[in-house]
Amino acid sequence: MLEADNLTCQRGERILFTGLSFTLAPGELLQIGGPNGSGKTSLLKLLCGLSPPLEGAIRWQGAAARGEDFRRNLLYLGHQNAVKEELTALENLHIASDFAGEPLTDTQALAALAHMGLAGREHLPAKVLSQGQKRRVTLARLLVSRAPLWILDEPLTALDVLAVELIQSRLAQHVAQQGMVVLTTHQALQVPGVTPRRIELC
Amino acid sequence: MAINLFKFSSPATFYPVAGKLIPVFYGLAAILTVIGLYLSFFVAPTDATQGEVYRIIFIHVPAAWMSMFIYLVMAGWAGLGLILNTRLSSMMAQALAPTGAMFTFVALVTGAFWGKLAWGTWWDWDARMTSELILLFLYIGYMSLTAAIDDVRRADKAGAILALVGAVNVPIIYFSVKWWNTLHQGASVSLIRAPSMAKTMLLGMLVMALAAWMYSIAVALSRARLIMLEREKNSAWVQDVLEKKS
Amino acid sequence: MGKLLLTVIRRDLLLAYRRRADVLTTLFFFVIVVSLFPLGVGPEMKTLRLIAPGVVWVAALLASMLSLQRLFAADYQDGTLEQMLLAPQPLAVIVLGKIIAHWMVSGLPLALMAPLLGLQFDLPPEALLVLFAALLLGTPVLSLIGAIGAALTLGVRGGGVLLSLLVLPLYIPALIFGAGAVEAYIAGVSPEGHLSLLAALLIFSGLATPWVTALALRIAME
Repeated sequence: MLEADNLTCQRGERILFTGLSFTLAPGELLQIGGPNGSGKTSLLKLLCGLSPPLEGAIRWQGAAARGEDFRRNLLYLGHQNAVKEELTALENLHIASDFAGEPLTDTQALAALAHMGLAGREHLPAKVLSQGQKRRVTLARLLVSRAPLWILDEPLTALDVLAVELIQSRLAQHVAQQGMVVLTTHQALQVPGVTPRRIELC
Repeated sequence: MAINLFKFSSPATFYPVAGKLIPVFYGLAAILTVIGLYLSFFVAPTDATQGEVYRIIFIHVPAAWMSMFIYLVMAGWAGLGLILNTRLSSMMAQALAPTGAMFTFVALVTGAFWGKLAWGTWWDWDARMTSELILLFLYIGYMSLTAAIDDVRRADKAGAILALVGAVNVPIIYFSVKWWNTLHQGASVSLIRAPSMAKTMLLGMLVMALAAWMYSIAVALSRARLIMLEREKNSAWVQDVLEKKS
Repeated sequence: MGKLLLTVIRRDLLLAYRRRADVLTTLFFFVIVVSLFPLGVGPEMKTLRLIAPGVVWVAALLASMLSLQRLFAADYQDGTLEQMLLAPQPLAVIVLGKIIAHWMVSGLPLALMAPLLGLQFDLPPEALLVLFAALLLGTPVLSLIGAIGAALTLGVRGGGVLLSLLVLPLYIPALIFGAGAVEAYIAGVSPEGHLSLLAALLIFSGLATPWVTALALRIAME
């Protein structure tokens, strides 16, 4: 269970939000909404522990959400793709999984990439891929990750209709398996069988 | 909300207290400077070998002491701010840096004058002077880093790391420079010769050092107050202060 | 943990291999700076022999400084650094891996190239060997200490110049012991003392700086 308790976030001199509290139980999906600059990305960074809140606390299973044990349960995909232009799609996926402590076999990695519609492009350097394809390389992590808590910043940007559907069904599957998802998106979200909870920042 | 209030109130309570203390420290600094200068120029005897020229040490030595001491104090405050996340200590660290750099600069300039008059050279790559120069570089690095980062929390923490790394390095640098110096020059001219110093000379230096202390505290407090006003300009207590002034 | 270290080193070496030009620019910079000195000072071999250790070392300092800016910058820009910070592994180990890889493509080539440049300055063969040994021990120290500066100035405006302001003063002990080793040898003294001090610096910075750099990276990413 992820608990946010009375969070205040400051960026530069501006207080983005204050007194924000929520809990997220297994099998729930939380969508963070709000206009640009309202602090959606900042909130996600607080939740995954990249930056500390000005006030308040974040707890994972009752303990402070930080340290290696918490991070083992976390999959964070940020605004940027974290894809190396010089490496191939396959190498990128391998290395990202190695860092997460969940090394993949070639077969697993190739299957994930093929599932993301990248069959035949596994060995191309990422710099020749389109924006959407790079995003797919990043999102292939969703197919192989075993972390229960997913924190996703605009996962659907730059994706075509088919890929959006694919991701949404993967989210549904994760939630059905008692996973947790926190995400931001500007697009209308339709995850089959899941009613997203919503928090609006302003 | 309790934590919130506590955190926000500390600068708010510090501000008026510091405001009352600053004149006291400035006053002490002025009195001690007068006494110290009197001792240095009228009481202390003329040096047997150097004549009157040596009297520059009454400025030079306290400045050199302060330059090193302030760096350590600054690193201490910064480290405290990093560990305990207290904003006040980080502000004190930033408030001290320019004063420390100023004393380093004064020590270097007075050292150069002294060298010119006593030994006929402006600059000698003596271990102390070289270390002092490197100390000035460290101060400049700290001030440039904190000035270049816009986000004050990051600036405080990054500055703290640099100050602490610098503090760990100062002895290593001093040792290496000394090693280098003995290797290249043999026995170099020792700028400060303790044995031949008369008691009144030492007293003059100590009083001047004390005056420099008081001045540093006063100036650091007033600078910290300005930093506080700037950083918390949106908070209620700063609005109050500004209203009272206008 | 050793496995993680190897993963990081392999990754960064692979990246460096795919961007070979970057490695060569640092090396050429080093060569050009060293070769400029005889043109500025004059071709008097006696003078050149005297200044050679210092010149090579200062050039190595500057070259390492230039290459440091790339240590974390690319990972910072494309979001990979965030993933490293969130990895369920000690960040200091990842940092150490990156520093080792960085040294292998920046410091090591300098050390290998230095004896060749020493010939331009008419250094005797044994002195070239001492120069090589000193650089082999000293350039990792430069990478280790420089990493702190690179992390502190990450994404800061004027980062490159600022980095040199922060890091160059901290390089002074390595410069003194490194250049001193060669000078001592030429003067007929054993360079052992200098080299052991360099080794001590290397051990100390190897143990301490990865943690400090990891902390600095976390602060930079807040």
